[in-house]
Amino acid sequence: MAEVRLSGVTKRFGGTTAVDAMSLTVADGAFVVLLGPTGAGKTTTLRLIAGLEKPDSGDISIGGRSVLAETPAQRNVAMVFQQYSLYPHLTVRENLAFPLKSPILDTAPQQIERRVAEVAEILRIGHKLDNKATALSGGEMQRVSIGRALVRKPQIFLMDEPLSSLDAKLRADLRVELKRIQSDLGSTLLYVTHDQIEAMTMATHVGVLDRGRLVQFGTPREIYENPSSIYVATRLGQPRINTLPADLFGPAPAGAATIGLRPEHIHTGDGRPASVVRVEHLGDQTRLHLDIAGYALVTLADPHTPLTPGDTVAIRPANPLYFDSNGSRIA
Amino acid sequence: MSGYSITEPSAGQKWVAGVLVALYALVTLLPLAWIVATSFKSPADSIAYPPKVIFDPTIEGYVNLFTTRTRIPADQIDSLPPPANFAEQIVRDQGMMITGPSRYGARFLNSVIIGFGSTFLSIFLGTLAAYAFSRFRVPLKDDLMFFILSTRMMPPIAVAIPIFLMFRSLGLSDTHLGMILLYTAVNISLAVWLLKGFIDEIPREYEEAALIDGYTRFQAFYKVVLPQAATGIASTAIFCLIFAWNEYAFAVLLTSGVAQTAPPFIPTIIGVGGQDWPAVAAGATLFLIPVVVFTVLLRKHLLRGITFGAVRK
Repeated sequence: MAEVRLSGVTKRFGGTTAVDAMSLTVADGAFVVLLGPTGAGKTTTLRLIAGLEKPDSGDISIGGRSVLAETPAQRNVAMVFQQYSLYPHLTVRENLAFPLKSPILDTAPQQIERRVAEVAEILRIGHKLDNKATALSGGEMQRVSIGRALVRKPQIFLMDEPLSSLDAKLRADLRVELKRIQSDLGSTLLYVTHDQIEAMTMATHVGVLDRGRLVQFGTPREIYENPSSIYVATRLGQPRINTLPADLFGPAPAGAATIGLRPEHIHTGDGRPASVVRVEHLGDQTRLHLDIAGYALVTLADPHTPLTPGDTVAIRPANPLYFDSNGSRIA
Repeated sequence: MSGYSITEPSAGQKWVAGVLVALYALVTLLPLAWIVATSFKSPADSIAYPPKVIFDPTIEGYVNLFTTRTRIPADQIDSLPPPANFAEQIVRDQGMMITGPSRYGARFLNSVIIGFGSTFLSIFLGTLAAYAFSRFRVPLKDDLMFFILSTRMMPPIAVAIPIFLMFRSLGLSDTHLGMILLYTAVNISLAVWLLKGFIDEIPREYEEAALIDGYTRFQAFYKVVLPQAATGIASTAIFCLIFAWNEYAFAVLLTSGVAQTAPPFIPTIIGVGGQDWPAVAAGATLFLIPVVVFTVLLRKHLLRGITFGAVRK
């Protein structure tokens, strides 16, 4: 395991800049999640580290050594792709053994057998080892492709939305499993996802990307509680943060254009009146859709709330975030 | 309404389609069946009028195909030692004796060497070229691909005379190597285009995964791309083999002895000892077998190959 460092890395594809002067350090043993919408440069970042793409400028080092001149094989990284990751002409066992049999590792047969059995045990696919890779369900396939990364002892694991094609139950199981494996092995992991729960529960650090730029890097709590911009604030939080004119609830700090209110940061009972538009009972939470001076707002309510559409409720901000007209945080 | 579907043909439609297919198969296969039947007829039966459908089968045609014979007087036959095998007996019954093997075996072997040799070379070069065109940024890629295709637009025989002159000055006339190179040159455009289509369909992620798993680009190609392109390679190989195996015009023009293939040889059998139609038919029948076997062995792939691209996965 090793530290991975990107310094001022830029990658362009034709006229579009996929990764823009990115500097990022993934500390040894860290679980770093990259968050961002489609096209933000998350996957390209992984591919640059893996050596599948060459940066136009900047440097990438693994374990303190620049790897720009090295092939993907020489970099000793493991990568889990979003899809298409299993070799369809091989069995599960052969898929798992494939990296170990490579000329670079050239592992002894007994050792291959032992490693494959260990990984199959961890991922609970032992009973499918002799199946063709194409005869598995989606969840099993993805577990095997994670397994193919785990059989090795790479410098860093790169995972590109490995759980996105799985159903909710399996996703939850594997999330816990991955986190456990990572902390047991002390692995360094760079993980790309859209999924907030994955980011919040697994990451030691979260990097938020916007159009190829790293806009904020910190612990999940920092990113959630102390976002540097509206863009970062809207990446995390279900339901999303409410953004309203800054002076809606009275005087705002100088230069503030927008107030950001997370649903749980709205105090009900006193303040400005708002009318209830809709009440959503989701089971684990109850969402209150409000209308305040023509602006829509979502907050959370007690599951047994007596409120019904048409009622009026008084609200005021608690822990508001203020942003200027460019979306940057000012208070 | 019950059992009505707009995608499934009705029983009546299936029946009509079945009859049409069966008729078509009959019409196509009849000449082949006649050739096979003729190969087992006696020379007299083969030219009988009206044609004989029911006849006494004999392997005289096959014996004549593989032997050269000379006619000798009946009293001399009686003075010979008893025939060593059934072939000699059949020949003596015609009032002849065997003087040696015919050249059919050697010509057949030439066909095998040249047909399979050029198929192998077309596939080998075609796969590498198709992979490069599919995966790498090749300068002038579209123009090069069109150039490769354009070699197919002119009938090859139109350049027969330049090729004949070229082969003569390069010493390639009547050599196995010359014929292998020629058939490869004709087949390579088909091979590159077909295989590029197949390789384009194999997601790059597989190779990228292999690169990260510790393999070089060539090892990834060999271990991951090739097995998945097997279908395409098999069907392309069949098309290449069929062309090289059946090619007649160039074979007549450029080969005469050492490297002569079976297609120009078979008609020459007619001249040996009268019109020996059963021997010609026997030669044609045996000539069919390798392609049939090759196609049957690869038919699973061929079926997928010819419907390839029709339905997106």
